[in-house]
Amino acid sequence: MTAVEIHTHKHRWWRSRGVQRFVQHRLAMIGMAMLFLLTLACIIGPYLLPYDELYIDLRARFAPPLSGDHYLGTDPLGRDIAARLLMAGRISLLVGFFAMVLSTAIGTVIGVVAGYYGGKVNSILMRFVDAFLAFPSIFLLLALAAFINPSPVMITIIIAVTSWMEIARIVEAEVKSLRERDFVMAGRMLGLRNSHIMFRELLPNMVGPIIVAATLTVARAILLEAYISFLGYGIQPPLPSWGNMLNGAQQYLATAPWLAIIPGITITIAVTSFNFIGDGLRDALDVRNDPA
Amino acid sequence: MTTQGRISENKGDSAMSGPVLSVRNLTVDLPKGMERKHAVQDISFELPRGEILCVIGESGSGKSVTANALMGLLPPLMHVSSGEILFQGQNLLELDEPALRKLRGRVVSMIFQDPLSALNPLMTVGDQVTEVMAAHGEGTAEARSARALELLTEVGLPDPALMLHQYPFRLSGGQRQRVMIAMALALEPDILIADEPTTALDVTTQAQILDLIQQIQRKKGMSVLFITHDFGVVSEIADRVIVMEKGHMVEQGVADTVFSTPQHPYTKRLIAAVPRLRETDRPSASSDRTDDPVLTVEKLNLVYRSGGGWFSRQREVKAVDDANFTLRRGRTLGVVGESGSGKTSLGRLLIKLLDSDSGRILYKGQDIASMKESDFRALRPKIQMIFQDPFASLNPRSTIGHIVTIGPIAQGMRKADARAKALRILEKVGLDAGAFGRYPHEFSGGQRQRVGIARALMFDPDVLVADEAVSALDVSIQAQILELLDKIQRETQVAMFFITHDLRVASQICDELLVMQKGQIVEAGPPSQIFYAPKNAYTRELVAAIPGADHALQKA
Repeated sequence: MTAVEIHTHKHRWWRSRGVQRFVQHRLAMIGMAMLFLLTLACIIGPYLLPYDELYIDLRARFAPPLSGDHYLGTDPLGRDIAARLLMAGRISLLVGFFAMVLSTAIGTVIGVVAGYYGGKVNSILMRFVDAFLAFPSIFLLLALAAFINPSPVMITIIIAVTSWMEIARIVEAEVKSLRERDFVMAGRMLGLRNSHIMFRELLPNMVGPIIVAATLTVARAILLEAYISFLGYGIQPPLPSWGNMLNGAQQYLATAPWLAIIPGITITIAVTSFNFIGDGLRDALDVRNDPA
Repeated sequence: MTTQGRISENKGDSAMSGPVLSVRNLTVDLPKGMERKHAVQDISFELPRGEILCVIGESGSGKSVTANALMGLLPPLMHVSSGEILFQGQNLLELDEPALRKLRGRVVSMIFQDPLSALNPLMTVGDQVTEVMAAHGEGTAEARSARALELLTEVGLPDPALMLHQYPFRLSGGQRQRVMIAMALALEPDILIADEPTTALDVTTQAQILDLIQQIQRKKGMSVLFITHDFGVVSEIADRVIVMEKGHMVEQGVADTVFSTPQHPYTKRLIAAVPRLRETDRPSASSDRTDDPVLTVEKLNLVYRSGGGWFSRQREVKAVDDANFTLRRGRTLGVVGESGSGKTSLGRLLIKLLDSDSGRILYKGQDIASMKESDFRALRPKIQMIFQDPFASLNPRSTIGHIVTIGPIAQGMRKADARAKALRILEKVGLDAGAFGRYPHEFSGGQRQRVGIARALMFDPDVLVADEAVSALDVSIQAQILELLDKIQRETQVAMFFITHDLRVASQICDELLVMQKGQIVEAGPPSQIFYAPKNAYTRELVAAIPGADHALQKA
């Protein structure tokens, strides 16, 4: 038996085609930069500002942006908008992020189980998914929020519970196509348990699509949080969130438009950044873009 | 018919009119960062008028690149850096795209390996054939339909008038390839390029398609450039041969001469690696004369049921019909048959990746066919499988070490022990210890297949099911893997169940053979009987279809 020579070139992950494509995706890079700045501002910004988000400066109510120490102006109670915006950013981004983590976990588990077992299990789980999709999620959110104490944790859970279906569908389709591959057969041949095959053999092969879907889910979760807080059922004042800052702003739209414009623009920036990154990841991870 | 006769027949007119196409010093560059700089380097050859020229080489030798360069169909990342391709005094490489497009189909046309992906699934066969003519502004609509019918008749499709209105998915692989040939012939080209047109087909279908290409070539006096990796196919149809290795043309000449007296060492190696029908049975690998039965199969049945919803009637296909056989220690039982004959299903029943409908599989006196998965899990290690596709059978996200040790660890072996054993077995299958931490994509097909074998050997199994384990590999690699399996069997006395569609391979490694057709075992016996004194009509048909088997049959 002759020894077989192994010729390989070293693979470094940052030199892989996928990473190269992502780095060259201009919108994705813009999204990354904006998101990085926004996150950084939310983390360290509040320590640098002269006011905290709850301090009421009665002499400076309705101060427009760039007046005195209030860089972004003040709200009807004389609270500093810059401070509130950044603290709200912490809450909104955290809610968005953890809602994504939770909904990805739920969606992945249900998708993997449905796709792997197929047959009846698949029918039951996927009809469950369909039922959730058929439900108008905003109403569900509002109804749930009306009954439950709307703390940030509860809001996160409620958003996650209403947004896992898309990931479940993506994962289910992916598992269905991978399930027929020989390496899954090989796993069964070796006597591996089904749970082992599903979560340790199959799951790593689906990281790409899951990450893409998860990124887009963050964007949607931030929007959902803004909706329900805007309607008054979400994060409750005095705790600031981007949504409830808008809520307070609508009655002063004519006299103090910055109250709405500033959080509005921030939400737009955050959501677009996540969507850009999601698009970039989708293009980068699509192997069909690899030259033959 | 002998190839010798045909060449002398053709020599007259080829001398008269010269080659139809000449390729001079053609070099095609590969994109940067690949393992070599050129896809093909400095190759020159002539395609004589009215002859079949075979280009043979292993995968990656540049044979398909050569064909695509002739058609002007190179992938965008490759470009011709020097050389010329002369057709009627014109250099094809200097023509612009519209001029080339006019030539394609009319002068040169091509058939591909996989007829299913080369045909448009949403168009009827008739539309696809007429489209070729319409694209070149040939004739009126009626004339084109009439011609399409004529072509489908010519390529031997059954019921051609009906066939015009069929969609490709309704056709068998052989029929699809016939449609491709009809499309290629639509404009009466001077040159037909055939890129591995029979590789994806069964042996019997392969024989028919080869026959068809040969017939048409002779009738029309076309020149055919036939690309293949199979020397058996070459010996069937080639007038002349070009041998390619890693982008270089290492040998060319008249087919018979290259066959009988190969000059280049690579050609010699390729020819030596071609699996041949053995004339005698393989020397037994079994060390003791007792031949203990390891696995006995009794009246095993498997029925596939499809449809059977609320509105459709259920259809039943017997995938395995009343199978009876015995696997013995240190012996190999082969199963041969066309695709769809049920051989893969039978293999999967043995390792219980499929559940049988009735019958018994006795392993050491225990019936495993009726066992529940949870009870059988403890026995799984003793019955292992090697898969066909070395790319799909290894998890692309796992290291080789993980792939090989995961089974034993799940069965309770200690990590350190599993690792030590894995390193020992990787060495045994011809991989060095460095393979342990690498990922499958860093290995070639043959090396991956060795990993697959190592994975199966980790448990010291009693039974090894090899499902087309060498079918996806080049001949020289094939020979190495067969040698490895033989060595392993001699050392471990494992009983092997070897599934293959290639009778030549089967004759190399099997002690006994089962011939399957439509789920039934139609003949069983030692290879010498199956190949040289077949009793069943279907077996005779299979044996006759083996490419390059003429000699073997004459001796019988």
